[in-house]
Amino acid sequence: MTISIDPQKTNNESLQPKGWLRYFSFSLDHKVIGIQYLVCGFLFYLIGGSLASAIRIELASPMSDFMPRDVYNQVLTLHGTIMIFLWIVPVVNGAFGNYLIPFYVGARDMAFPRLNAVAFWLIPPSGLMLVASYFVEGAAQAGWTAYPPLSITTPQSGQIIWILSVLLLGGSSIFGGINFIATIIKLRRPGLKLMQLPMYCWAMLGTSLLVVLSTPVLAGTLILLSFDIIANTGFFNPVLGGNVVVYQHLFWFYSHPAVYIMVLPAFGLVSEILPVHARKPLFGYTTMVFSIMGIVVLGLVVWAHHMFTSGTPPWMRLFFTIATAFIAVPTGIKFFNWVATLWGGKISINSAMLFSCGFIINFVFGGITGVALAQVPFDIHVHDTYFVVAHFHYIVYGGTVFIIFSSIYHWFPKVTGKMLNEKLGILHFIITFIGFNLCFAPQHWLGLNGMPRRVAEYDPQFQFVNQISSLGALLMAISTIPFLINVFLSVRNGKDSGDNPWNALTPEWLTSSPPPVENWEGEAPLVEEPYGYGKEISERK
Amino acid sequence: MLNKNIYLILIISFVFAISFWIGFNVNLLPAEASINAPIYDELFKILFIIGLIIFIGMTIAVIYSLFKFRKRNDQIGDGIALEGNLSLEIVWTIIPSIIVLLIGLYSYNIYDRMGGMKELNHSHEMMSSNSEKIWAGISQTSDNEIAINNLSIEVSAMQFAFLFNYPKGNFISGELHVPVDQKVSMKMESKDVIHAFWVPEFRIKQDIIPGQPTILNFTPTKVGKYPIICAELCGPYHGGMRASIIVEEESDYNEWFNKNKKPEVNL
Repeated sequence: MTISIDPQKTNNESLQPKGWLRYFSFSLDHKVIGIQYLVCGFLFYLIGGSLASAIRIELASPMSDFMPRDVYNQVLTLHGTIMIFLWIVPVVNGAFGNYLIPFYVGARDMAFPRLNAVAFWLIPPSGLMLVASYFVEGAAQAGWTAYPPLSITTPQSGQIIWILSVLLLGGSSIFGGINFIATIIKLRRPGLKLMQLPMYCWAMLGTSLLVVLSTPVLAGTLILLSFDIIANTGFFNPVLGGNVVVYQHLFWFYSHPAVYIMVLPAFGLVSEILPVHARKPLFGYTTMVFSIMGIVVLGLVVWAHHMFTSGTPPWMRLFFTIATAFIAVPTGIKFFNWVATLWGGKISINSAMLFSCGFIINFVFGGITGVALAQVPFDIHVHDTYFVVAHFHYIVYGGTVFIIFSSIYHWFPKVTGKMLNEKLGILHFIITFIGFNLCFAPQHWLGLNGMPRRVAEYDPQFQFVNQISSLGALLMAISTIPFLINVFLSVRNGKDSGDNPWNALTPEWLTSSPPPVENWEGEAPLVEEPYGYGKEISERK
Repeated sequence: MLNKNIYLILIISFVFAISFWIGFNVNLLPAEASINAPIYDELFKILFIIGLIIFIGMTIAVIYSLFKFRKRNDQIGDGIALEGNLSLEIVWTIIPSIIVLLIGLYSYNIYDRMGGMKELNHSHEMMSSNSEKIWAGISQTSDNEIAINNLSIEVSAMQFAFLFNYPKGNFISGELHVPVDQKVSMKMESKDVIHAFWVPEFRIKQDIIPGQPTILNFTPTKVGKYPIICAELCGPYHGGMRASIIVEEESDYNEWFNKNKKPEVNL
C-alpha cells in the first residue's frame, strides 16, 4: 500500500476554513479534530470539576445543608458521567489518538476522516443535552451506574436524557475505536512493522478492541433500561419480574473495561513521554506490548468484582478475585519498565516529566488498593464506601488526568510551535500533586471507618477528615489557574519552540511544528527505532 | 560494587522495617465487634504491609532516579542505550505473579474462615416460602440451619429505613437487638430499590435486593451500640438511611425480647 494524496480530499481541505475558525468547523483534518476533542473535553472537565467542588462543599459539614438532597444526587451523577464520558475517554482516546496515531503510522490522516469528524461532533450536543437535563425536570439522579430499580423510579425525563446522551457518547467512542483499529492496521507506511510502532499505537489498538467489544453491551443494556422506564417493560424491574442483578452484570461488562479504556491510552502516552525526557530507550518494548494485550484480555473477564455484595455465588466471587488480582501482573510489568526507563538516563526535570512521575506514584498506590479490593473478604467491608471512591480517583485522576497534563506539556510545542512556561508548569504540578493527595488519601480512612459513598450527610465524627479532603479539593481547583494562565500566555507570547524542542525521535517530531495539513512536506519518514536514544546516529536504523 | 550492594540491602531493609512498623502500629480500622472482624483485620494487616513495601519501594525508586540521573547543566547527549533485560523482565513477572497468587490463596482461606464458601442448600424449606431462590451473603449457613435458628430475623429495607421482624416474637422493631456471642441469621428483602446492610464494626456488608432475598449471618462478640448503614445509593435520603444494632448480654436481650413479644394470633 502506498500513501498518495487523494486529489479529491485535497480539494475538500482547501474548502475548509483557515485559522482558528477551523476548530469550529466539520474539519476532516485529524489534527484539528484532535484539538477539538481536547478543548471540548477540557471545557467539560471544568464543568465536572465545578460539580466536584459542589460535592466537597456539601461534605465539609456533616449535615445536608448546601443543596437539596435530590440535587446532590444529580450533581454526583453528572460529575461521574461528565468526567468519564466527556473528559477522560474523549481526551485520552479521541484527542491524543487523533493527533498522534496518523503521525505514528506514517499516514496523512485517519482511515475514515468523515467518520472521525462525526465521532467528534456527537460529543458537544450530547454533553450539552446532559447538562441541560438539569433544567428540565432535574438531571438523572441514580449515579453514573444507573442501577435499576432506582433509575426506573426517579424522575424519568432526566434519566432518559442521560441514557440518550450516554448512547450517543458510546456511539462516538465506537466510531473512534473502529477508526483507530483501521488506521493502525491498514494505514501504516510501507516498511513500517507492527513491532516498530510507538507504544501509544499498541495502547490504542488494545483500547479500541475493548471499546468495540464492550461498548455495544452497554448500549444494549441502556436501551433495555429505557424500555423499562418509558414502556413499562420488565427486563430489570423486579415489580414486573425483572432481575436487577442482570443489569449489574451487563453494565459492568462494559464499565470495567471502561477503566482500561481510560488508563491504557495513558499507559501509552507515558511510554512516549518518559524516553524523550530521560534520553533513554523505552525499557522492555516487547513485554510492554504483551502486557497491554494481557490487560485487554484479563480486563474483559473481571467485571463481577464490582458485585461482590450483590449476592453472587461463592465460585463466581472466587474466580473474579483471582482474575482481577492477576491484572496487577501485566500492570506491574509496565511500571517496573518505566522505572527502568528512568534508570541511568539523563533526566530533564520539567513539567511533563514531573506529571509522569506523579502518575507513577499515584497509580502504584491506586493499583495496590485495587489488588486489595479484588479480594472478596476485603471488598465486602469497603464496597460502596469512600475507600472505593479514593481508589478509583487514584486511578483515573492520579493516573490518567496526571498523564493528560503531562501530555499537554509535552505536545504543546508540537501543536502551537510555542513552549509552555516551565515555572508555571512546575507550580501547577506541585499544587495538583499536593491537592490531589490531600483530597483523596484521607478518604481511604473514611471508607474503612464507616462512611459510605454518595451520601450528602454523614456521622459527625468524620467531619475533620472530610474537611481535610475538601481543602485538597480546593487546592485542585486552584491548580487549574496557573495552568490556564500558562496556556493563554504561551499561545500568544510563548517562546518559539522550533520544530523539535525535545530532540525526540518519534515521527510526529520529524516535521515542522505546527505540522502542515498533509503532516509532512514530502514522504512520511520511516522510523524503525522510535526510542533509539543513546545510540550514535549511524547505529540507528 | 560491594558498597553499592550494601546500600541496596540497607535500603531494602529500611523499606521492610518501616512497612512492618507502620503495618503493626497504625490502626486504620474501627472496633472489632464480630467474629469476622479479627479475621478481616488479619487480612488487612498483611495486605497493608505488602502494599506499603511495594509503594514505598517504588516511590523511593522514582525519586532516587529523578535525583541521581537528573541532567546536569554541563551534560549533553543521551543516557545509556539500554533497551531491556530479559532476566529482569522474567523476575518482575514471576515475583508479582507469586505474590498475587499467594494473596489470592490466603484471602480464599480468610473467606472460608468467615464462612463465605459454604454452598447454600436450596432443597430445604425456607422460613416463609419454598420456591424462592435465595442468594447468600458472607458467613452463611444452610437454609435448614436458618429455619431452626432461634435468632432468625427478617430484615425489610425500604426508602429510607430498615425494619427488623422477629418472627419468633411476632413483633417488628426499628432497632436491631441481638445477644452477644450468638449466631444471628438474617433474611433480607427490599420493598423498593436496592439497599445494603453494612455494620463497619462487624466488617460485613450485603446488598438487599428487591425480588431477590439475601441471607446474612454474623456473630457479634462485643456488647455495644453500632451503626447499621445503607451502602447502596437508594434515593435522596440515602445518607440518612441508618439504624442501630444493639449487642447486649443475653439476659438484657431476653428482657427486651419478652417486653416486645406479642402472643401469636394463630395459636
